Amino acid sequence: MYLLIKNGRVVDPSSGTDETLDVLIKDGRVEAVDKKLEAKGAEVLDATGLIVAPGFMDMHVHLREPGYERKETIATGLAAALAGGFTGVCCMPNTDPVNDSASVTRFILDRARAVSPVRVYPIGAITKESKGEELAPYAELREAGVRALSDDGKPVVKASVMRRAMEYAGSLGLLVIDHCEDPDLAGEGSMHEGTVSVRLGLKGIPAEAEVIPIRRDISLARLTGQRVHIAHVSTRLGVEAIRAAKKKRLPVTAEATPHHFTLTDEAVLGFDTNAKMNPPLRGKDDVDAVIEGLADGTLDAIVTDHAPHAYEEKMVEFDRAPNGIIGLQTAVPLALDRLVKTDRISLKRMVDAFSCAPARLLGLTDKGKIAPGVEADLTLFSLRKETRLKAEDIKSLSKNTPFLGMKLKGAVVAVVIAGRVYPAR
Amino acid sequence: MNWRHKHLLGIEGLAPEEITLVLDTADKMAEVATRPVKKVPALRAKLVVNLFFENSTRTRSSFEIAEKRLSADTLNFSASTSSVSKGESLVDTILNIERMMPDCYVMRHPSPGAGQLISGFTKASIVNAGDGAHEHPTQALLDAMTIRQRKGGFKGLKVLIAGDIAHSRVVRSNIHLLNTMGAKVTVCGPATLLPPHIESLGVTASTEFEEAIKGKDVVMMLRIQLERQKRGLFPSLMEYYQRYGLTEERLKLAAKDVIVMHPGPMNRGVEIASEVADGPYSVILDQVENGVSVRMAVLYLLLGGGEDVSAH
Repeated sequence: MYLLIKNGRVVDPSSGTDETLDVLIKDGRVEAVDKKLEAKGAEVLDATGLIVAPGFMDMHVHLREPGYERKETIATGLAAALAGGFTGVCCMPNTDPVNDSASVTRFILDRARAVSPVRVYPIGAITKESKGEELAPYAELREAGVRALSDDGKPVVKASVMRRAMEYAGSLGLLVIDHCEDPDLAGEGSMHEGTVSVRLGLKGIPAEAEVIPIRRDISLARLTGQRVHIAHVSTRLGVEAIRAAKKKRLPVTAEATPHHFTLTDEAVLGFDTNAKMNPPLRGKDDVDAVIEGLADGTLDAIVTDHAPHAYEEKMVEFDRAPNGIIGLQTAVPLALDRLVKTDRISLKRMVDAFSCAPARLLGLTDKGKIAPGVEADLTLFSLRKETRLKAEDIKSLSKNTPFLGMKLKGAVVAVVIAGRVYPAR
Repeated sequence: MNWRHKHLLGIEGLAPEEITLVLDTADKMAEVATRPVKKVPALRAKLVVNLFFENSTRTRSSFEIAEKRLSADTLNFSASTSSVSKGESLVDTILNIERMMPDCYVMRHPSPGAGQLISGFTKASIVNAGDGAHEHPTQALLDAMTIRQRKGGFKGLKVLIAGDIAHSRVVRSNIHLLNTMGAKVTVCGPATLLPPHIESLGVTASTEFEEAIKGKDVVMMLRIQLERQKRGLFPSLMEYYQRYGLTEERLKLAAKDVIVMHPGPMNRGVEIASEVADGPYSVILDQVENGVSVRMAVLYLLLGGGEDVSAH
């Protein structure tokens, strides 16, 4: 079984490749990447005018199953991932029950394999039931397939617990991902604290609520010598703290979401609950800082924080609405339109943030690259084709997105997973 | 000038002429209360639903009297006795009441933007009677009516609003109104009750009451909710009174013909001394009286009662 992808612009930051090449795939693995390849009887995919990149991985997704199947199921979430150009996702453990055991991890993996070709890497909880007290059984979780840990949605409040988590997880090679928010300082805030919150009379969450725990985690990385990954950085203060830590060669990495590099707190002005997320949409200067952080690699990965919520959950008063938006089907076009088209970041860096960086962070050595011998997971996209997401195109069970109907330059055309082609529909 | 808004969700966005139209209409409405029969048929057969999701005696009574003076039919709906306590969403509540063909909702709700939320689900007009710390437009209008009665206008007027600025909807509506009408607003309170970025609304902010009150034409004191002290926003009620209480001594620092306002309910001895509240500069009870006239005016304009009320 051969698949030959012809004439695509192969962009693979892991090897520094950026030129028009053919990719030959045999039995699900890359056989060769070169000019003018031929293979008798091969299925041919003409990629003229398209970018061929190593498969995109979203390392921050909420699939909601088990427990919240009204919002999303593993099947619908992965359908959205596939349509959005992702060959792999990491799903956060804040399900019901919380993924703090091998049995929940195995359930997710079994279910995922049964319903979708998209590769799933479940993230285990840092603490039992994500309560912030006792460590979850990391070795058991790793055995079941977990590569990273997080209590996402909640910060690990106690420094002593975070320290132990980093020490223990680090010794097992697991990445600890922290949702950095000082819950006491954030209080009952439901949006960014700034000129918009004061106008709307909504309680605000200051940028400092993010940077205080980021600074703590940086200190703990120094103390333990172990890695920590900062989830969804939204503020200039946060970006600058991480940049300074990286300059000192501390093992700190980070990620940012498309909504934090495209929208500001002004999106809340009409009280649209699809502009409510945590961390909240920040000011213009913060958006610029997030983009600068992605450009210079301070923020390693682009992730969606895909957070489905049912219609009736979001159709409530702003301060009572749950946090989060879906993002799997808009992330790539938003990055192409707002970052690459505008020259804020290079195409190479964009591919790195979506593909190579997540693979590196998770220790997936055969992912995030197009090289002979590795499994053929690819994302094919166009810089010219337009994306305009309509409600009926949404594969997620929930439709909570502020990006509906937005015209974006750039579109996912197809995904290849283990040598099989899945056209984006 | 015609009224062209379907709802009154806030003062923000209203033009000066629109504010003046409400105030002029309210002046005419005030006359109705002086008649032997304090009622006009302007809104006969119109159904006004008073939706109060938060306790309120004053605003609610004021609206109800306004509705009755205009001959509207009224329905009172309060959160504690309704399906809301059974977990019904605000949108569902509106969709249900909607089928009773109301012409107007008067809504008080603890969440900012609650009016914007329901505006997508109703054909009726909505009057915001206070949405969290966002806006309370009829309060600002009745304050404006009171100021206009005493001062003749707003241009160049120096207004001080003092107290719990952070949690006050009254403040936001008043800032928008007074700025629109050309007054100069200073807000004052302990640093913990002055929200960051408040200056972005076009006001001067100060933590020094005795500085801030100097030469002011209007001094508006806000209610200090006792729970704020319990949540550690200031050390004690006594200390609050000592720094921010409006005493006769401090009032002397204001302009000679200052007026003292308070949206009520007052905490005597906390934000305002009794001698001031009951004193010659106080217009606090005028505000209450004007509340009915302003609410009549707003309902009348929103529900299209016609151009001239005196014809009734």
